Amino acid sequence: MRKKPSEFIIELCIRLSGFLVIAFVFLIFLFLLKDSLSLFRSHSVGSFLFGKNWLPVSDPAKFGIMPLFLGSLYVTIAAIFISVPLGVGTAMFIAEVAPKSVKGTLKSLVEILASIPSVVLGFIGIIWLGPFMRGTFHLSTGMCGLTGSLLLAFMALPTIISMSEDALVGVPRSYREAATGLGATRWQTLWRIILPAASSGIIAAIMLGIGRVIGETMVVMMVTGNAPVMPTSILQPLRTLTATIAGEMGETVRGSEHYFALFAVGLVLFIITFIINIFAELCAHRNLK
Amino acid sequence: MTTLSLADRIRKMKKTYVWMAFILISTAFFAGCGKVADSNDTQGTIQIKGSDTLVNAAQKVSEEFMKTSPGVFVSVTGGGSGVGVASLISKSCDIASASREMMPKEIEQAKKQGVFPKEIPVAHDGVALIINKNNQIDKLTINDLHNIFTGKAKNWKEFGGKDIAIVTLSREVSSGTYAHFKEEVIQLGDKKSTMEFSPQTLLLSSSQAIVEEAANNEGAIGYLGMGYLSDRTKTISVARTDKFFPPNAETVRSGEYPLSRLLYFYTNGEPKGAVKQFIDFTLSPAGQKQFSETGFVPLGVAGAEKTQ
Repeated sequence: MRKKPSEFIIELCIRLSGFLVIAFVFLIFLFLLKDSLSLFRSHSVGSFLFGKNWLPVSDPAKFGIMPLFLGSLYVTIAAIFISVPLGVGTAMFIAEVAPKSVKGTLKSLVEILASIPSVVLGFIGIIWLGPFMRGTFHLSTGMCGLTGSLLLAFMALPTIISMSEDALVGVPRSYREAATGLGATRWQTLWRIILPAASSGIIAAIMLGIGRVIGETMVVMMVTGNAPVMPTSILQPLRTLTATIAGEMGETVRGSEHYFALFAVGLVLFIITFIINIFAELCAHRNLK
Repeated sequence: MTTLSLADRIRKMKKTYVWMAFILISTAFFAGCGKVADSNDTQGTIQIKGSDTLVNAAQKVSEEFMKTSPGVFVSVTGGGSGVGVASLISKSCDIASASREMMPKEIEQAKKQGVFPKEIPVAHDGVALIINKNNQIDKLTINDLHNIFTGKAKNWKEFGGKDIAIVTLSREVSSGTYAHFKEEVIQLGDKKSTMEFSPQTLLLSSSQAIVEEAANNEGAIGYLGMGYLSDRTKTISVARTDKFFPPNAETVRSGEYPLSRLLYFYTNGEPKGAVKQFIDFTLSPAGQKQFSETGFVPLGVAGAEKTQ
């Protein structure tokens, strides 16, 4: 069949935008690389990656991202521990258990959850959750890692729920029929058949949730206290990679070491999320085989 | 071709909107790149960029200025002192506002680009220390503050207060207020000192966050610009050695309050044309009044002389 000219143009546009996206990612990477490499003229890679002090405006400045990296890691792990059981559980409920009317309401509520701006969550954290945490755990301050993790868990939930639900719904009908045919109860079918069958999709959902959490900035900047200390507990104030960039970029001198150091932090973040996304992609593809 | 379903039609409409928005945004973007006010012209647009501390005050001054000088449009944006200075160097703004002095490195960069920054102090600001209302402490010396913020003193009972752990609150390292506080309190005025804030110090992203934490947490102590003081927290008096002063217009202007600083506008060379008019207005009584209304301390009657 001969293509219509309009179809040809549309196809070309789509192809072009596809390539453009790839080009953008590549350019962003190059840009980050170029500016962060300038840092390593004056500071070694080792002192940057493994240094325990982040003192960017001191003289001499120290750019050790270990406390920031650990801060991000602590917050992310805690957020995942909270959001994965909740998220996968909700997805299971929506996909398999809930009656049709409840299903629709729940799905739209989850979408509303996704649309809450992070600033609003951060504000709730400062005003309400922080003081609540201080009272509950008898801390000296409520601005701590766990407060951030709780809010981040909320932000990761929509991603995890909707993607896991897709994975669960995508399990072939024949699996269910076979399980029911063998006399399995609804719970047995869900727990032993459907969940394992959808596991790769669920792992991909979790990975993307992690990507969302580790890259989130506003909430952690507002509620985790941002103290650049080597964290030993999730209940103490800590500082993440993202909050460092956001908090310090505004007033740095362009072209200074500090400026380049923040780009290097950005590069580290980029690489982390890149790896996570590749994992997510790999998991999702295993599903198709 | 079959008729479009409703969903498809909506999708198609959406696409049109996206394109329209895209075109609008790109037009606005390129328009924004246009040239800023010609230096000798008394008409046109003045771009002010920089300090977040100063952004409200600068906005008020420019609103008043525009009332008296039709034909001149002043736009004020924040982003931070560093952003303002960088824009001045790249000639994308006419006035950079800053809550700190330009650093030698920035001046050097500016000169390379053919920009000669002129420093114009526009107002005083006092850095106030706030604590929780239930804390009975009401005065501290700079030395006490030094011990508190470097982590040497850990409990309020060391200063005659309750047996509660001290939680220190600070602004982010990029804030002009942070730089000032660090130099005066942490390094005790000695620029070569290697003393640092205690790593336990919470670095909060806004003055509002500091107020919230100090209002809620009985052990907290934080610092912020006077413009952000409210009755939800207690402000303490500070002494260099033994004479305690609360931060207010008189003590800050006279320099009796130990933690006072100047806020600046920077222009490229001597201000000319509309920019000069604006600077003159800023330093006039009508302009200075706007600073006092936004919580800063106006310069003395004499005007722009340096008092530090």
